[in-house]
Amino acid sequence: MYTIIQNTKISTNVGKIVIEAPYIAQHRKAGQFVIIIVDEVGERIPLTIADADKEKGTITLYYQIVGTSTHKLSLKKEGEELYNVAGPLGHPTDIHNYGTAVCVGGGIGIAAVNPIAVAMKEAGNYCINIIGARNKELLILEQELKVKSDQIIVTTDDGSYGIKGFVTDELKKILDSRKVDIVVAVGPVPMMKAVSELTRTYNVKTLVSLNSIMVDGTGMCGGCRVTVDGKKQFTCVDGPEFDAHLVDFDELMKRLNTYKDQEKESFEKHTCQLEKYHGR
Amino acid sequence: MADKIPRQKMPQQDPAKRIHNFNEVPLGYDENTAVLEASRCLQCRRPTCVEGCPVNINIPGFIKALKEGNPLEAFAVIKQTNSLPAVCGRVCPQEDQCEKLCVLAKKGEPVAIGNLERYVADFEREKEHYAFQKVKAEKGKKVAIIGSGPAGLTAAGDLARMGYSVTVFEALHKAGGVLVYGIPEFRLPKDIVQYEVDALKAMGVTIELSRVIGTAETVNDLLSSGFDAVFVATGAGLPLFLDIPGENLQGVYSANEYLTRSNLMKAYRFPEYDTPIVKGDRVAVVGGGNVAMDSARTALRLGSKEVYIIYRRSKKEMPARIEEVERAEEEGIIFKLLTNPVRFIGDEKGRIKAVECIQMELGEPDASGRRSPIPVKGSEFIIDIDVAIIAIGNGPNPLIPKTTPGLDTTKRGNIVADPQTMKTSKRGVFAGGDIVTGAATVIQAMGAGKKAAKAIDEYLSTGVW
Repeated sequence: MYTIIQNTKISTNVGKIVIEAPYIAQHRKAGQFVIIIVDEVGERIPLTIADADKEKGTITLYYQIVGTSTHKLSLKKEGEELYNVAGPLGHPTDIHNYGTAVCVGGGIGIAAVNPIAVAMKEAGNYCINIIGARNKELLILEQELKVKSDQIIVTTDDGSYGIKGFVTDELKKILDSRKVDIVVAVGPVPMMKAVSELTRTYNVKTLVSLNSIMVDGTGMCGGCRVTVDGKKQFTCVDGPEFDAHLVDFDELMKRLNTYKDQEKESFEKHTCQLEKYHGR
Repeated sequence: MADKIPRQKMPQQDPAKRIHNFNEVPLGYDENTAVLEASRCLQCRRPTCVEGCPVNINIPGFIKALKEGNPLEAFAVIKQTNSLPAVCGRVCPQEDQCEKLCVLAKKGEPVAIGNLERYVADFEREKEHYAFQKVKAEKGKKVAIIGSGPAGLTAAGDLARMGYSVTVFEALHKAGGVLVYGIPEFRLPKDIVQYEVDALKAMGVTIELSRVIGTAETVNDLLSSGFDAVFVATGAGLPLFLDIPGENLQGVYSANEYLTRSNLMKAYRFPEYDTPIVKGDRVAVVGGGNVAMDSARTALRLGSKEVYIIYRRSKKEMPARIEEVERAEEEGIIFKLLTNPVRFIGDEKGRIKAVECIQMELGEPDASGRRSPIPVKGSEFIIDIDVAIIAIGNGPNPLIPKTTPGLDTTKRGNIVADPQTMKTSKRGVFAGGDIVTGAATVIQAMGAGKKAAKAIDEYLSTGVW
């Protein structure tokens, strides 16, 4: 099961993996995610499904190497297997012809924006995609999005590629110049918060896909709770997408820091063992 | 005379030692003790104990075989009606069921039926395997079971024995439902659950892991893709919260999350296992049921120095099994009774540092028949803590009700099912266990699984709904 067809590092800390998962490839819709477990002692890691091939029965995921489990994932070779892949999970994006859609992706969030942008385009929207990253190296999926959009804008924080600046700067220019009917933003929480604050002033409906801490992904553990419109919502079953203007981003940011120290501890132990393994 | 032999005590791990490990607390009978305890059974002609058992185990029958030195035969007797004896022998509330109705209980202490069941199941697993035979799916009909908890597994076993082709869909990567994610290793070792699951597989039951029905395929999809009946056994998998300020601070857990991290994901072995858990020095568990006890005792084993149970009524009203409360006390859990949290207090980083509580007193009985707790004005006080665990119960998981048109639910979101036949408002769909009744015990869920299996067989044999 879950054989790895391809696993490539596309930048220092971002990887792309194609996995055999026919059931998920068959059933997934834009906006949904999977939970993977790399090996027997691995965590359950939620990752958005960036792409799928029904005929080949494969799904494509992008991951950021931040801790032990994602590092182990990056070391997996073609032909090896993942311990487990569950999905598709979460609500699909509410796709229909809104008119003009702007999809904003930041860093690894571009992977989540990709299927949404494609579906928005297929549904007849005029689709503008703004993607941004800290530098050129961290930019993913530009070519894929280019062919599937009416307009694409690329930014980097350091100016190493595309326009120097933030995605929000470019979004503001678009909002100033034309009518936008929907904005979808996926990326780091501060970016989604900034997009949300911007579109609020223009009164444009905005969706964000939240990446909260999660265990089971079926509504059972309640770990992924976020406050939306003052109410408790579970990202896994009520989301992952929510109306950006109602999300408590500050709370989400704090909750995401819960395991910082332990992640460090685990990663140190993990890399220490790797060094032993490599005889260093 | 049987009544002169005292009830045999189960040896236990010493509390001082056991709070530092996750090994099982009760150690099990040895052969002599088991046979001695079995000899206390009067072999009543009309055994009332059986009436107290939700799955109607032939209790005198298995005890007789055990007494006569045939534990494997005793195992076969239990297995006729119970697919999960090693589980039941450990987590059933026997004192409220079979043992409560034991004739010996009238004059003294009942036969330790639960302990004997455990002995028999452990004997089979550890010493001499019973030959499980693959059952032919000769009925030519397919049944889908959603959820591999106690209700689902029981129905699966019974239906397979009746000759149906059974597929169990499980959302997580291990089968067992609450038996693997909820109940801690020190109360129910996970390899025992796996053994019971493997026994079902050996009989021919198919288990599809990581298959979440309701997000990809729906119940309707299952019915139209060739399943002749569906049994919904998805349990009470939606954690309830207190809805007080500070509940989303770092370090505030639902019991489900805390226990899932520790049990299913083995966070107690972090960093050997990758899943982290916040190990606080001072932990408060809110609630008074078995799940609260499990959470508190887990916190202790994770290395917490002080662990509180915060419960708004008195000990008398606690829903936990007496045995579990006693064990928690032996281990040094501090009970803050007649106490209710009003808010969680965090530091500047958003991490929990204290809980403000209010003292309660008991007023008139409420709908549950228990005296209702009333806050005492001005009695607020603060306990410094670094982890809080909310264990006040679970609602029904909404995935199936939300995605199954024509399936009637109650106001609370539970699926409406006939208590005898487990039939829902939708033809071909049965439901049972916590998703119907709300949070209950393992054995009650198993009882529902049995009834459902019987009703599904009737429906598929006659075609009458």
